[in-house]
Amino acid sequence: MPIKYSKKVLEYFMNPKNIGEMENPDVVVEEGNPVCGDMLRMYLKVRDGRIEDIKFLSFGCAANIATGSILTEMVKGKTLEEAKKVTMKDIAEKLEGLPPIKMHCAILAAKALHKAIEEYEKSKVKNNYAKPK
Amino acid sequence: MKRTVYLDNERTTIVAKEVIEAMLPYMNEYYGHPASLHMLGQQAYEAIEQSAETIAETINAKPDEIVFTSCGTEANDFAIRGVAYANRSRGNHIITTKIEHPSIMRITEELAKQGFKIDYLEVDKEGFINVEQLENLLTDETILVSVMHVNHEIGTIEPIKEVGKLLRERKQKIYFHVDAQSSYTKIPIDVQDFNIDLLTLSSHKIHGPKGVGALYIRQGTKIEPILKGYISVQRLRPGTENVPGIVGFAKAAEIAFANFEKYVSHMRNLRDKLIKGIEDNIPEVLLHGPRGDKRSPSNVNFSFKYIEGESITLHLNMYGICVSTGSACASRKLEPSHVLTAIGVPPEIAHGSIMFSLSRYNTEEEINYVLDVLPKVIEKLRSISPLTPESLKKSGG
Repeated sequence: MPIKYSKKVLEYFMNPKNIGEMENPDVVVEEGNPVCGDMLRMYLKVRDGRIEDIKFLSFGCAANIATGSILTEMVKGKTLEEAKKVTMKDIAEKLEGLPPIKMHCAILAAKALHKAIEEYEKSKVKNNYAKPK
Repeated sequence: MKRTVYLDNERTTIVAKEVIEAMLPYMNEYYGHPASLHMLGQQAYEAIEQSAETIAETINAKPDEIVFTSCGTEANDFAIRGVAYANRSRGNHIITTKIEHPSIMRITEELAKQGFKIDYLEVDKEGFINVEQLENLLTDETILVSVMHVNHEIGTIEPIKEVGKLLRERKQKIYFHVDAQSSYTKIPIDVQDFNIDLLTLSSHKIHGPKGVGALYIRQGTKIEPILKGYISVQRLRPGTENVPGIVGFAKAAEIAFANFEKYVSHMRNLRDKLIKGIEDNIPEVLLHGPRGDKRSPSNVNFSFKYIEGESITLHLNMYGICVSTGSACASRKLEPSHVLTAIGVPPEIAHGSIMFSLSRYNTEEEINYVLDVLPKVIEKLRSISPLTPESLKKSGG
């Protein structure tokens, strides 16, 4: 294996957390593309400004699965504002490092989360606007 | 203790016990320099001569047409650049294929920068070149054609004999190089019958030690040494010869050829059992490369749709099963295998490719074990994948 992973990455790869589909999520987003070999689908459920539940599905390598696992663990129960602040660097650090060539997996996971929060907030605005009617 | 099932023999192989035994005396008894005049030197020299004889016999060549190198990569580099530089005054056109090993491709790319004109033959869906296309590309400037015997990823056996025949019929001399690293000891090679001028062999793929390769160079071939320096006993390749390695290489070849039919049919049986087992037990799989007699007896390469190869490889590793993947994610360049791309496999399917490569040491019981474990791994990874047949169609796959 030319790419060397930390123990933590392999642990989260073999026993992924928060992985699977979610019923009735508030938001579903996809990030990445199977053509590039990396893709993540993220489900989000929000209550009172907090991430009540978060799940993901992965088409990708060990790093893809591990970053999705640790990120969902990191932000579950956090407020949206707190979750927005999570960066790819935080993800990589939590995994005790990622090979440089695999940093894009952390970027992909962080992007998916930020996109999910953004979509959620957009949908909220629409709902509020619709209410007075 | 966790068991090991080694199915990565295309990458490298276990060194045979008999090979190690044959090598040992050349490290601590006959350790002299082959160019020295004393008895220890002479023993080393004779060992090289003897080894060249053994190897030459297996491909119907003469012993002094065998040059030992440090590996297959060096032999390929020597063949391509050596012939290109030595024959440049005659022409600058070289033809090779789109599915060669990087040890050819990197060299032809380098030669292109130096003003050589390189044409890359297309391959069909199973990886076969088209000899007619080759014929159409030949010009008066063509000095060299290089076609691999067996593809290292998908096991396609190229029509080497036909290419040799075509080149023999040309008026001008066009050198014919064949990289036989993936076929040696598995598919018969006769350099006279196939009209091959240069042939690359590697020791560590045939249960010999790493660090030794060989280049067969037909007598009379115009070739320039690439490595420059101290000439020991090989006129075209300087440097002190790896005597124990060379002895081991020859021993490995000797064993393989003494039992050629037995070993090859054993591997072929395991290959067909594995292919059938995968296709019968796992849905949505795609075999890369041809079937039957036109496929290397030791190669099995499948894509498992909707999941990615590095993840499959690492999961199998947890069960002690060692395989390789053509996925971009497992390569340093993050590009899918150029071989799978050349045969028209879409990237999202190439990412899910796994190569199982067999050796004579593999057993039927090991294949049963793989066929027990593999469906579980594939199912587990598919259960966490966002891709489905429909989504893949949408993305253009």
